[in-house]
Amino acid sequence: MKTLIKNGRIVDPSQELDAVMDLLVEDGVVAKLGKNIKEAADEVFDAKGLVVAPGFIDVHTHLREPGLEAKEDIVTGTAAAAAGGITRVACMPNTKPVVDNSIIVSGIKQRAAEEGFVHVEVIGAISKGEQGKELAEMGDMAQAGAMAFSDDGHYVDSARTMTLAAKYITAFDKTLICHDIETELNHEGFMHEGVVSARMGVPGVPAIAEDIAVARDAIIAEYTGAHVHIAHVASGGAIDIIRAAKAKGVNITCEATVHHLTLTDEACSSYSTATRVSPPLRSREHVEALRRGLKDGTIDAIVTDHAPHADEEKDVEFRKAPNGFCGLETSIGVILTELFQTKLFTINEIVAKMSTNPANIFALNAGSLKVGKNADITIIDLDKEWTVNSAEFYTRSKLTPFEGKHCKGKAVATMVDGKFVMRDGVVCKR
Amino acid sequence: MAKAVVSLAGKDILDLASLSVEEYELVLQTAAEMKKIMKRDIKKVPSLRGKSIINLFYEASTRTRTSFELAGKYLGADVVNINTSSSSVTKGECLRDTILTIQSMACDAIVMRHPIEGAAVYAAQVAKPVIINAGDGAHAHPSQGLLDLFTLREHGKKVGKGLKMAILGDVLYSRVARTNIAAWTKLGADVHVAGPMPLIPHDLKELGVTVHKRVEEAIEGADVIDVLRIQLERQEKGMFPTAREYARIFGLNSNRLKLAKPDVTVLHPGPMNRGLEISWDVGYCEQAAIRDEVQNGVAIRMALLFLTVMGGKTIENAD
Repeated sequence: MKTLIKNGRIVDPSQELDAVMDLLVEDGVVAKLGKNIKEAADEVFDAKGLVVAPGFIDVHTHLREPGLEAKEDIVTGTAAAAAGGITRVACMPNTKPVVDNSIIVSGIKQRAAEEGFVHVEVIGAISKGEQGKELAEMGDMAQAGAMAFSDDGHYVDSARTMTLAAKYITAFDKTLICHDIETELNHEGFMHEGVVSARMGVPGVPAIAEDIAVARDAIIAEYTGAHVHIAHVASGGAIDIIRAAKAKGVNITCEATVHHLTLTDEACSSYSTATRVSPPLRSREHVEALRRGLKDGTIDAIVTDHAPHADEEKDVEFRKAPNGFCGLETSIGVILTELFQTKLFTINEIVAKMSTNPANIFALNAGSLKVGKNADITIIDLDKEWTVNSAEFYTRSKLTPFEGKHCKGKAVATMVDGKFVMRDGVVCKR
Repeated sequence: MAKAVVSLAGKDILDLASLSVEEYELVLQTAAEMKKIMKRDIKKVPSLRGKSIINLFYEASTRTRTSFELAGKYLGADVVNINTSSSSVTKGECLRDTILTIQSMACDAIVMRHPIEGAAVYAAQVAKPVIINAGDGAHAHPSQGLLDLFTLREHGKKVGKGLKMAILGDVLYSRVARTNIAAWTKLGADVHVAGPMPLIPHDLKELGVTVHKRVEEAIEGADVIDVLRIQLERQEKGMFPTAREYARIFGLNSNRLKLAKPDVTVLHPGPMNRGLEISWDVGYCEQAAIRDEVQNGVAIRMALLFLTVMGGKTIENAD
């Protein structure tokens, strides 16, 4: 099976490439890359005027399987990824039961291989049951193919547990992904602490709740030498701490979410539960700090933290709603609209943050269109105008703070292992 | 009566930030007429006859619930109280379903008290009948804010430029404080706030108020002092060290009251913790308008029900 992608603008930071070229896919891998490839193919995809990028990778999602299928499952979650132009997702372990042993890691990988539309990487728990007390069997899980370890959804309160985890993991060359929000300060509030929360009367979570937690884990990373990756950084103070740690040579990386880069706490003003998320949407100054951090390389990757919930869980009073919302089908459109069309970032920078870097951070054999690599490809129309309409989503969760947003730029085709899994917004089996 | 250029017909009353100064004025003028009805021997008019009002209270309340109930009854409406602790809410019914159930019974207005901020905003999105917010968490309590404006006006104080308003105590958890800050800043008054710092929202000054470290600074030269109720659970949660220290350092007592203007008006939304946020003697002093607030609460709530449910019709139809 050969597919020839003709005349696309190949944007691939892994080989510092940005040029109009043809790309031949054969038997699931990139076979040729060059001008005017004449070779006969089973299918020719006309990519004139489109960006052809290494498949986008989202290292922070929740597929909710096993146990929480009312919110999402591997089929709906990976279909949403394909629809959004994402070829590989990593799923967090806060399922029921928690992904804290190798059997569940293998089970999810097997389910994803059988039923999924895109590649699925599994993140195992740091501690048993994400309880923050005893270490989970990270060695076993690493050998079963877990990508990294995280107690996402919870800060590991115990500095001792976190230090032990960091020491332990160095033997397996894996990464700890830290959900860094100090628990007690976090539990005081339901949104960002600032003038908007003061006006709304909703108790706030101060940004320092993140800064305190990030500072501790940067110190642990330095002490142990373990690779620590800070999840969903949303505070300007935390960015400063990570920047300083990187400058000292600490093995630390971090990610920011689409929503923290593009929305402020003003979005919460109508008490919409679609804006409830942890860390909370913060004020303009934090959003600006995040964008500076993204620009100067302090923030390595952009993720969605796709966190679907069932309608009945979100259709409640503001405080009662669980944190999180879906994001896989809006991420590329929102990022292009807010960061690319505004000329703040180039398409090369965006591809690096959403494909090249996440692949490098987690040592994934992905994020590159070099000859011989897996043909995971995201094809983007930078000029396509569209409006977010959750009724068209593949995810089971329909609530998004971006509902009705007018976007410019969209993934128009997604290829996984050399086969299209999405074309013009329609998802198909690989 | 003012000409009905401004109308609250069918409008949800969710907070005072979203009402205009003209709408405040309409309510205050209507409430003055309502107060006359309250002073009659037979306190009943048929203005809302054939209308039904549901009081849906998710929190304990004496004065607000009773005054809304009496307000509806004085105007001839049928009023039903739903106490959620003895309703299907205890069986796990969600707020949307409770609201839709009530709506199906053809009520004209729902007066709702709820412990969570924004619950009234949510209810208004769900329901067709008028929603009157009788307090949602720490967000808003619009009828309290209006009755405070009304009471101050009776005490010769038209809230606006040149008036120093002091708010003392637990602003963080107080819907009354938030409501009055919204209304008083909108009216151009000079609003000062003081209390234990853990109970003052972090960026409060950005709402256009002056935050003081010492209560004396807020009280000094004040025309109005609004003393907020301190809930004892705040102390239990460690927001301030002891009730004794609170009373000594932050409470309004007769010595501190002397720092204010001689004709200061003292407000308190009730119920008072005597000896904590307000001393026994100040609660009963001649500057205290606390019992006027309760009486005016009924008039304000009559006005709100009349204006929202009956809309543009003039008060004369009431007789």
